[in-house]
Amino acid sequence: MSLLPWTIYVSLAGALLSLAAGSRSHSLARWTALLTAAAAWTLTLLAAARFVPGPGLQTLADCPWIPSLGVRYHLAADGISLTLLVLTGLVATAGVLFSWNIEERTGEFFSLFLILVAGVYGVFLSADALLLFAFYEIAIVPKYFLIAIWGSTNREYGAMKLALYSFAGSAAVLAGLLWAYAAGHGGGFGFAELAQAAATLSRHQQIAVFALVFFGFATLAGIFPLHTWAPTGHVAAPTAASMLLAGVVMKLGAYGCLRVALPLSPLGFAFWQPAIAWLAVIGIVYAGLVALRQEDLKFVIGYSSVSHMGFVLLGLAAANAQAVSGAVLQMFSHGVIAGLLFAVVGRMVYDRTHTRMFADLRKIPLHRLLPFAAAVFVVAGMASMGLPGFSGFPAELTILVGAWRAGPQWASVAALGVLVAAAFTLRAIHLSFFASMDGPQPTGGTHPPEQVLSLAPITLAEKAGALLLVGATVLIGLKPDLLLDWINPALQSPLLQAAFKGGAP
Amino acid sequence: MRPDYAGLLSALRPEASLVLGALAVLGLDLTAFRARSLVERQRLALFVGALAVAAAGAEALLGARGPVFGGVLILDPLAVAARIGVLALTLLTLGVAWGAAPFRQPGEYVAVMLFAATGLVLMAAAQQLLVVFLALELASLSLYVLAGFDRSRPESAEAALKYFLFGGMAAAFLLFGFSLIYGVTGSIELPRIAAQIAVQGASPLLLVALVMVLVAFGFKSAAAPFHLWAPDVYQGAPAPSAALVASASKLAGFTLFTRLLWPGFGAAAGNPAAHLGGSGWLPTVALVAGASLLLGNIGALAQASLRRLLAYSAIGHAGAMLLGVMAAGRSGPAALFYYASTYGLATVGAFGVITAAERAGRCELITDLAGLHRRSPLLAACLTVFILSLAGIPPLAGFFGKLTVFAAAIGLGGIGGPAGGLALLAIALSAVALYYYLKVLKQALVAAPAAEAARIAVPRVTAAALLAAAGLIIWFGINPGELLGLF
Amino acid sequence: MSAFPLLSLVIFVPWIGALLLACLPRLRAPACRVLAMLFSLSTLGLAAAALGLYDRGSTGYQLVEDHAWIGALNVRYHLGLDGLSLVLVLLTAILAPASLVASWRQERDPRAFGLLFLLLQGSALGVFLALNFFHWFIFWELSLIPAYFLIKLWGGPGAARAAYQFVVYTMGGSAFLLLGFAAIFAATGTLDFARLAQLGADGTLAARLASLGGFWPQAVFLGVFLGFAVKVPLFPFHTWLPPAYAEAPTGVSMFLTGVMSKMGVYGFLRVLWPLFPGPLHAAAVPLLWFALGGVVLGAFAAMRQTDLKRMVAYSSVNHVSYCLLALFAVSAATGRSGLTSEAAAAALSGTLLQMFNHGLSAAALFYCIGLLEARAGGRRGIGDFGGVQTAAPVFAGLCGVAMFSSLGLPGLNGFVGEFLIFRGVWGLAPWAAATACLGLLATAIFLLTFWQRVFHGPRAGAAAGDFADAAGLDIAVLGPLVALMLVLGVLPQLMTGLFNPLITSWANHLVLP
Repeated sequence: MSLLPWTIYVSLAGALLSLAAGSRSHSLARWTALLTAAAAWTLTLLAAARFVPGPGLQTLADCPWIPSLGVRYHLAADGISLTLLVLTGLVATAGVLFSWNIEERTGEFFSLFLILVAGVYGVFLSADALLLFAFYEIAIVPKYFLIAIWGSTNREYGAMKLALYSFAGSAAVLAGLLWAYAAGHGGGFGFAELAQAAATLSRHQQIAVFALVFFGFATLAGIFPLHTWAPTGHVAAPTAASMLLAGVVMKLGAYGCLRVALPLSPLGFAFWQPAIAWLAVIGIVYAGLVALRQEDLKFVIGYSSVSHMGFVLLGLAAANAQAVSGAVLQMFSHGVIAGLLFAVVGRMVYDRTHTRMFADLRKIPLHRLLPFAAAVFVVAGMASMGLPGFSGFPAELTILVGAWRAGPQWASVAALGVLVAAAFTLRAIHLSFFASMDGPQPTGGTHPPEQVLSLAPITLAEKAGALLLVGATVLIGLKPDLLLDWINPALQSPLLQAAFKGGAP
Repeated sequence: MRPDYAGLLSALRPEASLVLGALAVLGLDLTAFRARSLVERQRLALFVGALAVAAAGAEALLGARGPVFGGVLILDPLAVAARIGVLALTLLTLGVAWGAAPFRQPGEYVAVMLFAATGLVLMAAAQQLLVVFLALELASLSLYVLAGFDRSRPESAEAALKYFLFGGMAAAFLLFGFSLIYGVTGSIELPRIAAQIAVQGASPLLLVALVMVLVAFGFKSAAAPFHLWAPDVYQGAPAPSAALVASASKLAGFTLFTRLLWPGFGAAAGNPAAHLGGSGWLPTVALVAGASLLLGNIGALAQASLRRLLAYSAIGHAGAMLLGVMAAGRSGPAALFYYASTYGLATVGAFGVITAAERAGRCELITDLAGLHRRSPLLAACLTVFILSLAGIPPLAGFFGKLTVFAAAIGLGGIGGPAGGLALLAIALSAVALYYYLKVLKQALVAAPAAEAARIAVPRVTAAALLAAAGLIIWFGINPGELLGLF
Repeated sequence: MSAFPLLSLVIFVPWIGALLLACLPRLRAPACRVLAMLFSLSTLGLAAAALGLYDRGSTGYQLVEDHAWIGALNVRYHLGLDGLSLVLVLLTAILAPASLVASWRQERDPRAFGLLFLLLQGSALGVFLALNFFHWFIFWELSLIPAYFLIKLWGGPGAARAAYQFVVYTMGGSAFLLLGFAAIFAATGTLDFARLAQLGADGTLAARLASLGGFWPQAVFLGVFLGFAVKVPLFPFHTWLPPAYAEAPTGVSMFLTGVMSKMGVYGFLRVLWPLFPGPLHAAAVPLLWFALGGVVLGAFAAMRQTDLKRMVAYSSVNHVSYCLLALFAVSAATGRSGLTSEAAAAALSGTLLQMFNHGLSAAALFYCIGLLEARAGGRRGIGDFGGVQTAAPVFAGLCGVAMFSSLGLPGLNGFVGEFLIFRGVWGLAPWAAATACLGLLATAIFLLTFWQRVFHGPRAGAAAGDFADAAGLDIAVLGPLVALMLVLGVLPQLMTGLFNPLITSWANHLVLP
């Protein structure tokens, strides 16, 4: 476990090395990045192997940082953090694999990517609210540049919107944190200390503080109606960035909600709980319906991410151990699935066909030209639909169970979301890979007007990345207690229990 | 009581070094360097000037502490830190000027810069109203000259003129205010003034005096609504001059006025938690801070010129620093000092990049920075550090500056009080600020270079100065306690 | 608990076959077909072994496999076989290879076809054998994806849309099923069917759900109900069926009608009825009307079809609705006087028999339509043929047996099931039995019309020219099916003997003391 802080340092070192290597050769930069990402992931897996689940955060590093503000450099982890750390390592490694073909400014790309990864590791390891916030902000700038420089559709607008929304959310969080801190007369920024400080505020003030912190974090998690940055930004981003952004960075927001906002003010949480639950389920259904109408494949995936994050937020809002464990499981599951979906759409399809519009894709017999991609996309689609056998199912089941206990009406609306997800996923699968079979078929001689006779084969790097992610989703789909056994004890911590009681009906 | 001239002289050793250095530069430039080329003369002058600044810095660091000459000057931790800060920023400015296009009178330029530094350094330690005015005027007049030094461009002259007119008026306000204070309290020494105000309480005349002082303060720190000179000066003045105006002058100015306001007029401050209707000068400062924040950040959104953008962002930062001033009474000057010094570093760096870029072509508009990452990776990297620090992104120092100031402000009266509300406003506006800062970085790092854009060769000294500034920003960001712990 | 994982093998051997096909991309077409056939037949072999090991006298689950799996969710890997599952496993074991043989001449990508079909087969078997919701639902949902692709990629012109509708409809039902089980888990903490059946029987489940208040307990019932109703399909949730069955290729249609529709009925019998006896009883009368709707309207709709495949599709709706008719009648009569265990036993036996028999006859009919379609070059309207009996007597004979079995002619297997259902329902809800007779009438009409127009009279349409008789492949498919129809018509106790104790125990539990 004590190796975990090294994930941050290793990633930062790798960022510098990649930058230097990039000026020498692209290949060197790639391998440096891959080794760094894999090394950091290995560290998380090693920690996981020796992990003894327990209710509290296990401290990994703790020293004073800004004494005048009571901010400490305090790193710690519990089962929830560990789940997300393993996810980060997995998606980061897969992301590097899927970026193997980047030729322009390669060193800078991987450098920014690894800084982003380091920031994400930092957030999941922070046990001091301000330290968490600092890492959270560190992650914002690389996001902007990754999208603005290497992205595709509307990239400058998408990058700016994503960066500004993230920053605005974090500004709200800062305001809330400082407010709570000031009420505590300089007690410090640890989660328990902030909760104590916030408890001294009046009821209205607690409600406001909670709103600032929760909705600030929830913006990054894509809560309706503050979600519009997500589809635009993720569509504009290059593949590896989309994988990491939709797969992991959105989870930063949900993690912040769980780790910082929920314990901060149980009273505030109890007040806002119905609103959050409704916004979450509306997001699930609304984003799904919007996805059903998209003509750009990547937009479908972008909106599906918002829909799935709605499940996470529903789980958090339900405020009982079952639902929250489902939410964390869904964070992991969706991280893997989103990574897989963006990898297929961005790297396997778009880099070869240079189009993502259904109108164009349906003329290309992709299922014949890219059978591996078709199979992986079908598997990813099944996982995304929440089909049992894949990680989405136990997650959604657990969330529904917990949400049912908190409010059956929310669970019912969420179940509708499952239906909508099936519809838009199947539509996307059909229109992207299999639609060329409708209409004038090349039965013995007649060729479609725009002939695409062959596409570049799927590289080894892509296959490796895809198999990693597919393996992960199947493994957790069939044996979710690998993660649940870490998550459930962590939910017994006093802070979270207090949040559940304050919020439980 | 025997006047302690020896003590005064030893306390003023930094100022003495600077003056001697200025004289040396003038002399050497007139005699020994006369025959050389302009570039060489500039560099030699800068070298001598740097030596003088370094010497002054060493003396400030190792020199005396405590009140000097019966309280005319005070060398408390704030003063010492501010002096060293100002000298460091001046040194960096000299390094930045190394890469600038040479002036027609290089020796005079450096000499005036050193005189400005003298005034600024003296401002940081002044505790008597006459010394305050003297130092302020010395610095201001030098800065006016520096602003107008580039006789090849009419904007420079316009900048200098505007700066002088505004500055002169502000000086008049200040002097009048001081005389009123003397009339009311019967003393020109801040400790005695403070004692008198505590006894007497606030009277209308005193409040008038305070408002006048605040007007001068507002002008000096480029706070709205006294900011009108800033965009033109930042745009028109030669880049190194603008760097000095924006960095060292701000630091010294804020130090001076913090000292005036808190230990000096602190008793008349009013209740920090009271709303605008309350008495004292705090509400006025709060108003000015709010206006600066709004005007600066929103004004910067519309700018196409890089330097004007920096000017408006400076106005916004001044608003945030005023929050630090408001909180300094209760939490001490640590937050303000940290913010001002790191802001100075970032600004010197930003203007340094502009200076270097101007050598290779026009650097007026933001779009002129296009493709900087290809034209000079070093400049692009340094600019990224500086701009992100201004935007307040961790782990750079700008973030922690904002954090400590906002924390102190919210601690003043809770989030409901005026300071807390202003902190919230500032936090919200920082999201707006990120937009225009990212616009700059977008040109520098994302956009492709224009067809005719050439590679920028950065002289080693300038590069060293920029790297030093960037390094300090990163260092002070990762270890904020280094600076905060000084107080 | 069984030491040898026979049931797991039954489910997973076809999947292993699918994996093998996936890993051998360069295998040639004939080899692919043979490989797929071998693995499909494995089920027959393993099912026969299970049959041999099956103790006809006991009513509990046999060959049980029960292992710890996901502790955090209280899920155990639980498989078991009782009379109901055995019948359906045998049906699958017979129909799956028949469907593959029916697709033997499929030219396009037989490797993918075989792969998907084996996945489908394994999933269907899993549904019939799994006893914990977690992996039961895995099999339930996973059957949809191979079906989707089988219809879409090898189907007719409207296949894409039909497949999409089919999957989305079914997944919609499944979404509510999932919600219902989430609520059940929230209330009871277990997902095991056996345990939940106990809780349903002694009223604990109802009590725990009732604590939710409002209409939520009914909502849970409704959710679970919808999941199964869509699958059967029960009128009015049947609109996905005709396009899907009509557009699917022959072999797939056979499997869909023969096995997959039974998954829905199985769900009613295994899950809905044991867990929600009360709500089912409360809703039984409206549900009876729905079942009647399926019976009557399905048959009448079939009468009006000119596309032969759609005709058989609507006929499927009709025949499967009989099963539900019986179940709802039993449930409606529960707790009332007039419920005799004989009537209940008759109705329930009829249900199980009908499931098996309809599987055989409908699959055979689809094959016959497919053969007609192939001979006619893609046409399959009722008016496209005439006098086929003259042109292809063997085929006509085989098709005739299948048709009459579907009609319910005494002496063939279809009669026994329908007779028992009617006898049971008459004893429980006479008005329903009377109304259902309309369905019988309509079925007779359209089937006889079909027979007369297609087979009788002078040779016309496609039969006018070259119309080959049933070849070896056709006999390989139809032969075993027809043989079974004949044998089971005369000796139904071969089937009923497998599940009589089970039915008796069900019926006895219903009758009030």
